Amino acid sequence: MTTPSSPPPRRETPPFWRDPAKRALLFQALMLAALFAVIGFIVSNTLENLDARGITTGFGFLHDTAGFGIVQSLIDYTPQSTYGRTFLVGLLNTLLVSTLGIAAATIIGFLMGIARLSPNWLIARIAGAYVEIFRNIPLLLQIFFWYFAVLRSLPSPRQSMSLGEAVFLNIRGLVVPAPVGGPGFVWTLVALAVAVIAAIVLVRWNRRRQAATGDRLPAGWISAGIIVVLPAVVFIASGMPLTWDIPKLGGFNFSGGITVLPELLALWLALSIYTGAFIAEIVRSGIQAVSKGQTEAARALSLSGGMTLRLVVIPQAMRVIIPPLTSQYLNLIKNSSLATAIGYPDLVSVFAGTTLNQTGQAIEVIMMTMAVYLTLSLLVSMFMNWFNARMALVER
Amino acid sequence: MLHNNKTLLCSATAIMATLLATGSAQAGETMDAVKERGQVVCGVSTGLPGFSTPDDQGNWEGIDVDVCHGVAAAVFGDASKVQFVPLNAKERFTALQSGEIDVLSRNTTWTATRDTTLGLNFTGVSFYDGQGFLVKESLGIDSAKQLDGAAFCVQSGTTTELNLADYFQAHDMSFEPVVFDTSDQTVGGFEAGRCDVLTSDTSQLNALRIKLSDPDSAKVLPEVISKEPLGPVVRQGDDQWFNAVKWTLFAMINAEEMGISSENADEMKGSEKPGIARFMGSEGNFGEAMGLPADWAYSIVSQVGNYGEVFDRNVGAGSPLNIERGLNALWTEGGIQYAPPIR
Ligand SMILES: N[C@@H](CCC(=O)N[C@@H](CS)C(=O)NCC(=O)O)C(=O)O
Repeated sequence: MTTPSSPPPRRETPPFWRDPAKRALLFQALMLAALFAVIGFIVSNTLENLDARGITTGFGFLHDTAGFGIVQSLIDYTPQSTYGRTFLVGLLNTLLVSTLGIAAATIIGFLMGIARLSPNWLIARIAGAYVEIFRNIPLLLQIFFWYFAVLRSLPSPRQSMSLGEAVFLNIRGLVVPAPVGGPGFVWTLVALAVAVIAAIVLVRWNRRRQAATGDRLPAGWISAGIIVVLPAVVFIASGMPLTWDIPKLGGFNFSGGITVLPELLALWLALSIYTGAFIAEIVRSGIQAVSKGQTEAARALSLSGGMTLRLVVIPQAMRVIIPPLTSQYLNLIKNSSLATAIGYPDLVSVFAGTTLNQTGQAIEVIMMTMAVYLTLSLLVSMFMNWFNARMALVER
Repeated sequence: MLHNNKTLLCSATAIMATLLATGSAQAGETMDAVKERGQVVCGVSTGLPGFSTPDDQGNWEGIDVDVCHGVAAAVFGDASKVQFVPLNAKERFTALQSGEIDVLSRNTTWTATRDTTLGLNFTGVSFYDGQGFLVKESLGIDSAKQLDGAAFCVQSGTTTELNLADYFQAHDMSFEPVVFDTSDQTVGGFEAGRCDVLTSDTSQLNALRIKLSDPDSAKVLPEVISKEPLGPVVRQGDDQWFNAVKWTLFAMINAEEMGISSENADEMKGSEKPGIARFMGSEGNFGEAMGLPADWAYSIVSQVGNYGEVFDRNVGAGSPLNIERGLNALWTEGGIQYAPPIR
């Protein structure tokens, strides 16, 4: 028998190549070094070859004058601006159509997804037909359909269709009055912001109060009231400092107002209707994934139909819906690059198209463009993962 | 979309090609490749009447196409050994840089940027052109100065796009550019009324007008706002191939000046006159240094014709376009087409 105080037999530390953890680390370091070496080789080889072929390289071109016009720009742009600016203009146009598309596709998708489960035979069938038709026709054809078949048959500016002599639709696009805020208009915006914050606070307080006491106020109605009434009062009190810039026909086209290009309309319609069909299916399957027992249990607790959907079914369905929804959003952003087929000035058309062609710097331009799509996709994924994590917390 | 995909594909190929290639273009490299392949691969437009367009049987025809036939005649003694690759404006330079084509003969304007920064060389001018405007007759406009605020259909990646912006800046006017990838889309946009004006090289405006469903509904404005010297392009760094393409065009122009045509080439082949004998290859051997047979120039003229014939047949009096020789007449006849002598 050994004495109880004797120390346990100490194991020798093995040499690092016998330690699996350290060995893995070593291999990873080697891999990384090899990867960098390969990238370094490709880059230097490319630069050398381009130089030997007399092709200009580098990012200096971004400071050169672009010299071409772009039909739609969210920031100041003239042909005297730089190629760097064409990048921003294209990027913003891509973001514009993607944001509009994601918003519309989400709304269409949720409505249609829920409609597909409707007990009303006709509504369910219409939603089903929508999904099957638009999900199965290639997106490019749908873009062409909206652009060439629908928008191209609109009348010329002089024969515009009009709504109350303020909104006009013609082959050059949709022209709507532009709001012009007068000097005191900021206060109305401030009031709106305050009202929104107040509404959020109210909803949260109400939720806490309900958890504690079981009572609940009709917070939805109250906050809607605050959001409408407060800015309206401020607006009237400050003397209604808002005028409308009404479009007028003159020369070749309408001047004044805001023109939504037919290219943007066509792309937006096509992207949201196409992606909406996929989202509808995701929403439908998400809702169906919530077991029937949940609904029945909610019913047994005498929750109303709306409350059952809002408090029991949707929160659980969301957890199934969000991951595939994210990939639909990513698809929509990438699909927006089909813009170039109808001449909408997105990043691919303006920057990877005209700028690439006028400068000839294919490698730099394509790399920058790819980096943009990669970054956008990663940002959307990150946001959706965060959102998903928040939703998942509802679980007990 | 096809085109769009192709552009991306082209760019990707170009990137891969440059990434993987190990050296610069070597003199003789292109000629060797062409001979081994048995064909000249020639980049042309996707369809532009008079310059490069497929006929009912799918055979390419036009002045740019004939330049390629000339190169094939010079290299192989057989003008038919050409493969045509249709390219839109955006794809053309990448296709040449990446080696997909041997020569680009696609109504391409010679500019400083293209000549110096793209690793390409222009070999000459096959057609002196300038940019103009085609407008709807119904607008009641007769000068470009009245176009302030108009919408313009224009093709992406062209000098046209740049000149348009220059012109409107210089005249302090505003414009709305509606940019398309292909010529068909550009014309389609104009016809549908998406824009008031179609702008392009003037030589093409008449051809495009004829193609409209109602040609009388549009007219060409008198202003010509730019210089557009159009010519064949090759890769920089392969001087032998550069010379062969350059002298193909010079041979056509010289032939017209010397009165040699496809009809009398056989007769004149036996001529003792020194200039003609040098041209035909019976005296001296001017083809050798370019890697061409001695009778290279004879092959070009007998099979394709001289510059005047090519011009008339495709864009001039013998064609529906009926363009005047104007600047494109020989220097001896009031134009500026002038080729260095073969000696
Ligand atoms: N010469 C100009 C313009 C050439 C050009 O592309 N013009 C159009 C006219 S609409 C064309 O030829 N399109 C035919 C095609 O894309 O195949 C240039 O070199 O940039």
